[in-house]
Amino acid sequence: MIKIEAIIQTSKLEAVKDALHEIGVEGMTVLEVRGHGRQKGHTEFYRGREYTVDLIPKIKLETVLPDAIVEKAVQAIVTAARTGKIGDGKIFLSKVDDAIRIRNDEHGEGAL
Amino acid sequence: MRNRLVLGSIVALLLAAPVLLAQSPPATGTDSARLAKLEQATADAKSSADNGWMLTSSALVLMMTGPGLALFYGGLVRKKNVLATMVQSFAMMAVITILWALVSYSLAFGSGSSFIGGLHNLFLRNVGAAPDPDYAATIPLQTFMVYQLMFAIITPALITGAFAERMKFSAMLLFMVLWSLIVYSPMAHMVWGKGGLLNASLGGRFPCLDFAGGTVVHVTSGVSALVCALYLGKRVGYPKLAMTPHSVVLSFMGACLLWVGWFGFNAGSALAAGSIATSAFVATHFGAAAAVIGWSGAEWIRNGKPSALGAISGAVAGLVAITPAAGFVGPMPAMVIGLVAGAFCFFMVATVKARFGYDDSLDAFGVHGAGGTLGALLTGVFAASAINPIFKDPRGSALPSGLIDGNAHQLLNQAVGVIIAWVLAIVGTLIILKIVDVTIGLRVIEEDEVQGLDLSQHGEEGYSWEVTA
Repeated sequence: MIKIEAIIQTSKLEAVKDALHEIGVEGMTVLEVRGHGRQKGHTEFYRGREYTVDLIPKIKLETVLPDAIVEKAVQAIVTAARTGKIGDGKIFLSKVDDAIRIRNDEHGEGAL
Repeated sequence: MRNRLVLGSIVALLLAAPVLLAQSPPATGTDSARLAKLEQATADAKSSADNGWMLTSSALVLMMTGPGLALFYGGLVRKKNVLATMVQSFAMMAVITILWALVSYSLAFGSGSSFIGGLHNLFLRNVGAAPDPDYAATIPLQTFMVYQLMFAIITPALITGAFAERMKFSAMLLFMVLWSLIVYSPMAHMVWGKGGLLNASLGGRFPCLDFAGGTVVHVTSGVSALVCALYLGKRVGYPKLAMTPHSVVLSFMGACLLWVGWFGFNAGSALAAGSIATSAFVATHFGAAAAVIGWSGAEWIRNGKPSALGAISGAVAGLVAITPAAGFVGPMPAMVIGLVAGAFCFFMVATVKARFGYDDSLDAFGVHGAGGTLGALLTGVFAASAINPIFKDPRGSALPSGLIDGNAHQLLNQAVGVIIAWVLAIVGTLIILKIVDVTIGLRVIEEDEVQGLDLSQHGEEGYSWEVTA
């Protein structure tokens, strides 16, 4: 089992969700987050005073998948979320030891 | 049978009528009685119309404080201080009201010296249904009293923008009570009260034209705000930490309510529902509109983008500047005043504040102090006797009002009014701050400031995002 954490542009959430559904991903958790990578922030003006906003709103999408479809899922996210500009985000993969379905104590990939 | 009897009586009365009339007093007497009755009815009708407008205006001016100013200021602070900021305005609606009834109405509008009113109207004694012709001949004095109260409420509330996010609530209350007595009441008396030094319509020594409170409301509050900002010092982390408005949306709604409420503030200051009220209403609106363009234009040129916050701040700046002039100027000068005020106040908050580094958190000085001063002086330039013949020679014909009208001297009178307002505000506010500082202390401790005043002063939060079932 692999956990995918994808940080993407807020405007790309719908496209990424659709792409994942299409390849059969059934569950995900979506968080509204703020952060920055190499992308510079933007400036805001309030009554003539300039403020630099370097923590930019992003979407963090998390899902844990069986090893077999991880490659396809990553490809789907990359394709759907890419604009080619700086600030498109990143994907992190990590191993997950176990998963438990609270409803019936099911363990392992069957619980996903 | 019964009908016939009634009919019979009517016929009998009709027949007797000439006889009855012949016995009544001479015809001229009847006419004068009728005339008196008619005159009374006309006066009553005018009085009702004026009173209706003045009660409406009173309500409009109260709406400027809550929710208008409370929303405007509340949106500009960080979200941990939203309630504390709003309740500072709201507290004025309660505290100043009580104070007004007990003592400050009398100090402002009772007859007294050139500088302050006497004690004849303490506890609102002799303030009832009968009008006071010196102030407004067609409305109950009680209406005049409650209308002026709404001004006394919003004026100190304006100051709260300068010390936002760092003053103790208890200190704020004590400060405001003293300020209302020591600064507001004397200034209102000097400009609007009987025998006041600056009163233009009741024979003051230096007749200063201030239709709705350019000096009384905006200069006093704005300058006091600057003194407060300097005395209290900066907020923790200012200016390094970004302290951006937590909701320009709230401020937007507040500013729109202020604009509408301002019609009561300015047009109501005619104290009647006649043509001067209309003139003031029109000038107010045109001044505000032009100021939006003045501020937004300046901002667009300087920063590359016109902001929503800029547009609404411009409107408020224009409304401030047109306040002393409304009722004395036509729509075209009103637009000039507004346009200049919009650009000037933007310059004050964007450039001057940054250069000197004082933390006038919500720009009470930059908008009200600067805009009020500008407006008061420009009133001396543009006031026209054709709009409002306030100065008359002994035979009753109108004399020129402002500079363009041919009365250059008026600019001097306006300057005297402005200087007195500045000096009174600076000296009075310094004394009050010192008193509050040594008795209960002005600022919250740093820990409370960082936590936010909502929690540390009031034990609550403006927004609750807790996840619940």
